[in-house]
Amino acid sequence: MSSSALFIAVFLACAVEAVEALTIVLAAGFGRDWRSALLGVGCGLAVLVLIVAALGPALTAIPLGVLRLVVGGLLLIFGLQWLRKAILRASGLKAIHDETAVYNAELAAVHAAPVERRGVVTDWYSFTLSFKGVLLEGLEVAFIVLTFGANQHNIPLAAIAALSAVVLVALAGVTLRAPLAAVPENAMKFIVGVMLTSFGMFWGAEGAGARWPGADAALLVLVPAVALFSLALVAALRRIFPQARTTGPIGTSAGP
Amino acid sequence: MGDRIKAFLRFWYDFIVGDDWRVAVAVVAALALTYAVSRTSFPAWPILPATVAILLPASLWRAAGSSKSKTR
Repeated sequence: MSSSALFIAVFLACAVEAVEALTIVLAAGFGRDWRSALLGVGCGLAVLVLIVAALGPALTAIPLGVLRLVVGGLLLIFGLQWLRKAILRASGLKAIHDETAVYNAELAAVHAAPVERRGVVTDWYSFTLSFKGVLLEGLEVAFIVLTFGANQHNIPLAAIAALSAVVLVALAGVTLRAPLAAVPENAMKFIVGVMLTSFGMFWGAEGAGARWPGADAALLVLVPAVALFSLALVAALRRIFPQARTTGPIGTSAGP
Repeated sequence: MGDRIKAFLRFWYDFIVGDDWRVAVAVVAALALTYAVSRTSFPAWPILPATVAILLPASLWRAAGSSKSKTR
């Protein structure tokens, strides 16, 4: 359960963030300069690899109880953020993330910026746009890789899951040469939110000294229970705010 | 320089705490309560699930309410 859950959570989280980063890179590449955009991608990925490589061994050296308390708490806060946004989107109260709209907005912005050469970078704007896109979208994934991996003492498996997702999304992007608008981002974020919340509760409580009935088997109850509870909240919000579904999202914009 | 430090701190605040700071505060308080109860003979494991069961609907309700009021 734990290893497969680790792989699924990291893979899905990474795939979602990679889809969002791909949209930014495509806008920088097609709208401006591919060489600078790809250089930005390379530098962004290199920084993320350095963060994981530097913090990974340090995290695994922390006593398991303390690690689970801190990481469990952070995962729970993170998971609740993901779940909250996914539930609001599923119930129509927040705009669904539209990659095509984001791509068009980015494309309009990149055309307006002036061209500036710095060192080996022929277009500084394309470079920084791609670099920041990859780094910022990837930071959350690096956090999930580190926390899940360190808790399971299996950072390599978490890294493989993240890498698989990046390669898959990159291949799809290269093949389609367009934003991956058909990817069910909200459903994926929903699943990641459920996983992070469940594991956050489990590890956080263990780190704080609680003992779960059935030990690790408690996760087999926690994960479906959080999923069902979240689906029930979607149904409740749809019933309480039916106008949000008929008139579109109310007072919201496409967020992360 | 001051603006850069502010932007840096703002980034980490948004990254860790997110849209609803009450969620972060409640999670920390629930972990502290779990620790305190785990020192006694009472079971401490239900505290976090109960916190999530209250916290998530409350946070969603606030978000839904503020979204609705923006349209008025």
